[in-house]
Amino acid sequence: MSSHSMDRAEPQTARQEWMGLLARARPAALAGLLPDPLPDHALLRAPEIGAVMVRGRAGATGAPFNLGEMTVVRCSLRLASGAVGHAVVQGRDRDHARRAAVVDALMQTGAAAAIRAAVLDPLAQAEAEARQVRAEKAAATKVEFFTMVRGEDK
Amino acid sequence: MTAVDALAGGFADPPLEAARAFRALLDVMARPGRIADLGGAVPPAPLSVAAGTVALTLLDGTTPVHLAGAHDVAAVREWITFHTGAPLVGAEAAMFAIGTWEALQPVGRFAIGTPEYPDRACTLIVERAELLAEGARLTGPGIRDHAHLSLPEVAAFRANRALFPLGFDCVFTAGGRVAALPRSTIVEDV
Amino acid sequence: MYVAVKGGERAIDNAHAWLAEERRGDPSVADLTIPQIREQLRLAVNRVMAEGSLYDPDLAALAIKQARGDLIEAVFLIRAYRTTLPRHGVSLPVETAQMAVARRISATFKDAPGGQVLGPTFDYTHRLLDFTLAANGEAPVAPRAPAAPGMVPHITSFLNRDGMIEDAPRDDTLPPDLTREPMELPASRATRLQAIARGDEGFILSLAYSTQRGYGRTHAFVGELRIGMVAVEMEVPELGFAICIGEIEVTECETVNQFKGSRTEPPQFTRGYGLTFGQNERKSIAMSLVDRALRWKELGEDFTGAPAQDEEFVLMHADNVQATGFLEHIKLPHYVDFQSELELVRKLRAEVEASAMREAAE
Repeated sequence: MSSHSMDRAEPQTARQEWMGLLARARPAALAGLLPDPLPDHALLRAPEIGAVMVRGRAGATGAPFNLGEMTVVRCSLRLASGAVGHAVVQGRDRDHARRAAVVDALMQTGAAAAIRAAVLDPLAQAEAEARQVRAEKAAATKVEFFTMVRGEDK
Repeated sequence: MTAVDALAGGFADPPLEAARAFRALLDVMARPGRIADLGGAVPPAPLSVAAGTVALTLLDGTTPVHLAGAHDVAAVREWITFHTGAPLVGAEAAMFAIGTWEALQPVGRFAIGTPEYPDRACTLIVERAELLAEGARLTGPGIRDHAHLSLPEVAAFRANRALFPLGFDCVFTAGGRVAALPRSTIVEDV
Repeated sequence: MYVAVKGGERAIDNAHAWLAEERRGDPSVADLTIPQIREQLRLAVNRVMAEGSLYDPDLAALAIKQARGDLIEAVFLIRAYRTTLPRHGVSLPVETAQMAVARRISATFKDAPGGQVLGPTFDYTHRLLDFTLAANGEAPVAPRAPAAPGMVPHITSFLNRDGMIEDAPRDDTLPPDLTREPMELPASRATRLQAIARGDEGFILSLAYSTQRGYGRTHAFVGELRIGMVAVEMEVPELGFAICIGEIEVTECETVNQFKGSRTEPPQFTRGYGLTFGQNERKSIAMSLVDRALRWKELGEDFTGAPAQDEEFVLMHADNVQATGFLEHIKLPHYVDFQSELELVRKLRAEVEASAMREAAE
């Protein structure tokens, strides 16, 4: 079994970033940015729904344990140009996985800059905005304490 | 990064082909000595079509697999990893092992299960040049009178039968053909 | 004695048809949609995901609809579906320190860096029925305040620096998976945490409460409770690196427990841990109390006979699908068994009568 020792303090590579962004994207948002027809491709591993066991760590930092599974779809394909794309995305939407793999492959071709502008940048912006909204709602519920009496002097 | 060739050769229609292959494997395991056709996978050499199909059908991320001898090459390792997710391990930790009979020696290394969990035993996928319904005489569960199968030897299977209900199970593959020898079968010289 | 019976197919078919009709209820009332359940009954969805052991809000919502709101039946449906899925891999342990928190409170540190963030909580509601909800479909808007999304450190990490609390050192032992291998006792902490995380909320709650009332007391305070989104990452062999495959909401609870010290450990605070899918804080707090109670042996404490300390009792009875399956099977036909019971009682009665006759004759 592969080691789980990868140090996530390392900055993510560009490919890790876009694969994560594609996995977290809403399927409809991705389809809106990259509508059919998709470029010609051969499926190496057809979109398949499955589960990934999600692990946590006892005490947040100790030994790993199995928390429960999540649904995912994975897909691998090859464009006519030969570029190979992979995707593992949350949920059960096969088209989401296929689209994410197509984008992953296109990002390794001369179309990368155009795809980044047309697909990845809007997804990243939408994600950042959604996160900002949640963070602001949380910040509005932060408690400001006013000390009334301190008891330990008695 | 996995070589592109390793990404090809999986099932074209996984649910259907895996179900057909599983049924064929059940049949040959339930009827020791029976030889069946088995295909669907297009694995890299030296993995046979039948052995590759067994791998796609039975292996996943929870079934550690050992590649023995000439089968332990990058092309096969990457193909197995990509298509099945099975972790590659040493012989002692394997739930499945793939190789020629010679490469799998000594077979005493493989798990034979425990009295509480006899199922925690290794299944050997033994690559053969050919499979013929002749040679060693087989009797036992699943065999009406007796059957014959061209086994690589007899002594090791007799010793394995003596461990019953523990012991390893074998699947024999040659090209696109498959046969099986569960640990329950009694093997004798003719 | 064996009683072979056959039949009932038509009755069963008709019962299913009536069940479907009852599930739908009055057709003049609008049908519930899956998005409605997912969005508006989210805590029920969270419970079904946690105990069904499968994170998929749409599936959990569907299960709740199909089960007519019976959450244990919905958990059963999710567990059954889960078994049909191929396992595509195992994630790296989620990094809860990196969580984008919606709620984060501590009962022990008022001025914790990152602050006390209440989030969407019932805690300070008055528990008065809100009849406006029965009247209309208004969509309230939450206020906002300036914020910079960022990492909020764990509170126990501050105590760790002073050695006042036991450490949870990094350890990469691969955990056993009780959905793949039968549970063996004594169980590792990893197995216990998995079993409790998918265990019945009511059962875990009652066990946790029993420790507070003195049955295996652990003097627990909530050191930190946090709810928010965490990234799930998985190593992909054909890529050779880990990628983020999605984001899930989790609730994490760390208790801080008084500890006098033991034969092997100095006096310090000890910890219990709870982690569940979704916003699920009652379950997460209860989980951390039960986890701590089960650690008595490792911490050199005495076994007082309390149910929450008894691993066999806790782990073998925590699963509501197992429990309901065994409980409810006794209503299914047991004609074979019962026929033999009848035979036995008749035989005993005959013997008693015969001996009474003999005594009367003597």
